[in-house]
This record gives sequence, structure tokens and C-alpha cells, in this order.
Amino acid sequence: MHIKDTIEGSFHIVGGDFSRAGEASTEIKSILQSLGFNKEIVRRAAIATFEAEMNIIIYTTAGILRYEITPERIKIIAQDMGPGIEDIELAMQEGYSTAPDWVREMGWGSGMGLPNMKKNSDEFRIDSVVGEGTTVEMVIYLDNTKD
Amino acid sequence: MRVDDLRDILSLQVLTEGIPLDAEVRGGYVSDLLSDVMANAKEGDIWITLQTHLNIVAVATMKGIAGIIIVNGRRPDEETLKKASEEGIPILSTKETAFVVAGKLYKALNVKEI
Repeated sequence: MHIKDTIEGSFHIVGGDFSRAGEASTEIKSILQSLGFNKEIVRRAAIATFEAEMNIIIYTTAGILRYEITPERIKIIAQDMGPGIEDIELAMQEGYSTAPDWVREMGWGSGMGLPNMKKNSDEFRIDSVVGEGTTVEMVIYLDNTKD
Repeated sequence: MRVDDLRDILSLQVLTEGIPLDAEVRGGYVSDLLSDVMANAKEGDIWITLQTHLNIVAVATMKGIAGIIIVNGRRPDEETLKKASEEGIPILSTKETAFVVAGKLYKALNVKEI
């Protein structure tokens, strides 16, 4: 690890643009790799970030994916202008999804996105207002790295 | 075992052009659910699927997948192949089912390792 200060950045994600899916999270993964984090940290952050990016693409009009890396932790914030989530508890259940059929046929919308994000984060917060949007905040600690 | 060894053993058709097939294959994963692959596939796996759209390349890139085998004779879109070439992910195809391909792959990898 070679960071002293905070490293941060953000990506605008356009909802419905499947052709650019994964671009932002691949970029964030490259940044983490270039900082020399161990593979397990990079793997977890990559999964969590990718799923957050996909949710913005699948369900919303637009969103922002932000990352903030300090010597202690990686924080990923996904904020969207989407329909919001009516029942967060239900949405967090593995296998539950509101995705339309055409999205499921692509192999998305299997109800694993939010659970995958939570599983790979040390801290996971989700705030949603129906009709306004959803914000997901994920933190992965760096002090338990075993390099 | 490398991707080109698998191409020969499984008689796979290589669909991507100009991508080296020298990546080491460490294992395999069979799934058509992309979040499942994100969560459970490992770096160096061959991914066996019937999905053909663009996003399989993004998932494979993210996970460090050695190559994608598309089964049941399905043909990926041109934009999928273009993206795969850009990202350096080989895509191969076969008329056989995921079951048969996985069985042969499992056998091939184990024989090599024993």
C-alpha cells in the first residue's frame, strides 16, 4: 500500500447503457491494483463496485459512482436518480428481484446484486426514497489485509 | 493447461480474432447468471455459458477469466466479439451442451494435474 492522503474520484453512469457496463468499476479496480492492495481486497471491492454500477444501469436513469480511498479504508458510494426501493428488507433477500424479463434473459436480475455488495463490504448502508433515488455506501477496511 | 490446449481437446471454434490463446486455465465455472459469475468464478477460470451479449466480456474482464466457452452452438453478437478483442478475452464456441463441455473440461484439467 502506498497511500498517504485521500484518493478520490467519480464516474457518471448512464442508466440503460449496457454497452458501457463495467467501465467505471474496471477503472476503479485498476486504480486499486495500481495502489498495490492485496488481491482479496481488490476482489471484494471489484465485486461490490461492479454490482453497484450494474444496478444504476439496470434500474435507473442516471447515477454517480464515487470512490474514496484513505490509508484505512476504501469507500464506494453509488447514488442514483432511480425509482427508489419500496421494501429494502425484501430487496436485500438473495433471489428477490424486480428486474423485467428481458434483463433476466441477459443473466442479470437474479437477485444477487445487493446481497453480493453487502457480503463483500465491511460496512454497508442503503438509503432509498421512492420516486427520488437510492444511495448505497460501502466501506472495505484495509487494516485486515494480510500482505 | 492453456486455452489453446482446451481448444484442441474440446474441438472448440475460436470466434475472437488476434487474441493470444496462451492464458493458463486453472479451473472452470458454469453459469448463465452474471452476478453468480461475479461472486463465485475465480481468476484463471474458463467460463462456460450460453449468454452471448456484450456484458459477458465486462464480467470476464473484471474477474480475470481465461476465456469464455459459449455452448449449444450459440453465436455472440458482433459487438460482443469486438469488445472481447479489445479486452483480450478469447471467446470460443461449441455445439455441445454445458454439461458435456464441463465434463470434458473437468476430466482434462484433472488428468493434467495428476
